[in-house]
Amino acid sequence: MDLLWQSTTPLAATDVRDELAGDPAITTVLTVLGRLETKGFLTRDRRRRPHLFRATLSRDDYMAELMHEVLGSSPDREAVLARFIGRASKTEADHLRKLLGA
Amino acid sequence: MTAEVVVLGVVAVLLAWPVPVLLARATWAVRMPALAMVCWQAIAVAGGLSMIGALWYISRGAAALLALHLLLNLGLTAVGTVRQRRRHLQLVELLSTPMPDRPGMRLIENEAPVAYCLPGAPRSVTVLSDGLVRLLSEDELAAVVAHERAHVTQHHHIVLIAFKAWRTALPWFPIASRAEDAVALLVELLADDEARQVVSDDVLASAVTAVAGADAVSVAPRVARLRAV
Repeated sequence: MDLLWQSTTPLAATDVRDELAGDPAITTVLTVLGRLETKGFLTRDRRRRPHLFRATLSRDDYMAELMHEVLGSSPDREAVLARFIGRASKTEADHLRKLLGA
Repeated sequence: MTAEVVVLGVVAVLLAWPVPVLLARATWAVRMPALAMVCWQAIAVAGGLSMIGALWYISRGAAALLALHLLLNLGLTAVGTVRQRRRHLQLVELLSTPMPDRPGMRLIENEAPVAYCLPGAPRSVTVLSDGLVRLLSEDELAAVVAHERAHVTQHHHIVLIAFKAWRTALPWFPIASRAEDAVALLVELLADDEARQVVSDDVLASAVTAVAGADAVSVAPRVARLRAV
C-alpha cells in the first residue's frame, strides 16, 4: 500500500512485486491487491492490460479519517474504542483541526 | 395484583430517578469504582425490568413493545459498533506498524499524543502514536499500556455498548445519558486502578495530565484521586 501511495502513476501488479522485498509470487501480490480493492482502498483500472492499481485516497486522507474517529468528541466513538483520555480535549481538538486543514 | 403493580411501579420510579441521581452524586464512587459499576448495571437491569413489569399489568402490548424496543436498540448499537470498529481496524492496519517488542500493539505516525484500544475478536489491538511515545517517559508509557490492557481484559467495551444502547433507546430520559457519562468515567477509574499496580500513582497522574494537556478539567477526578494520599 505504501508503494502505491508513493507512486505518482498507477502501478501494475508486476511493478508492485518488483518493488517488494523477498520476491513474493505474483498471485500473492494480486490476492493482496484484490483484497485492498474490495475494501475500497485501491481502485483498479480494468480497461488496460495488465490492470493498473492506484490508491483511492492519499495516505494523509486516511490518516485524517482515522484521527477524526480517534479524537472526535462524539459519544458514539466511546463505544468503538477506549481511549486513554476519554473525551477530546481542547488541545487535541485544535490539533485535529490543524491536521484536517480546517 | 394491585399490590404487585404498586410495588413494581414504585421500584421503577425509584430506579428511574432518585436512586441514579444519588449514585451519580455519590463521592464514594470515585474510591470504589468497581462497586459503583455494579450498582449502575444493577440499576439499569432492574430499572428496565420493573418498568416492563409494571407496564405488563396495565397493558401487555405496551410492555412487550418497550421490551422489544430496548432489545432492538441493543442489537442495532452492537452491530453498528462492530461494523465501525472493523472499518477502523482496517485503517489502523494500513497506517500503523506493529511494535516488535510489544505484542498486540501498533505504532501510528502522528503528532497528537493518543493511546487507545480497539477491543474485539479474535484479539484486541492497542494503538499508540509516536507523539505520545515522545511525550512520555518509559514509566509513563508503561502506565498507559497497562491502562489500555485493563480496558480489554475487563471487557469495558461491552458495558459501554449496553449503556450507549440504553441512551439511544431512551433519548427523552436524562438519567440514561447521566448513567452513560458516569459509567464512562468509572471504566477509566477501573483501568487506572490496574495501571497503579504497575507504576506509582504519581507516574500515572503525570501521564494522564501530560496526555490531557490544557484540558485538565475532563480528567480532574482521575488526577485528584491519584494525587490524594
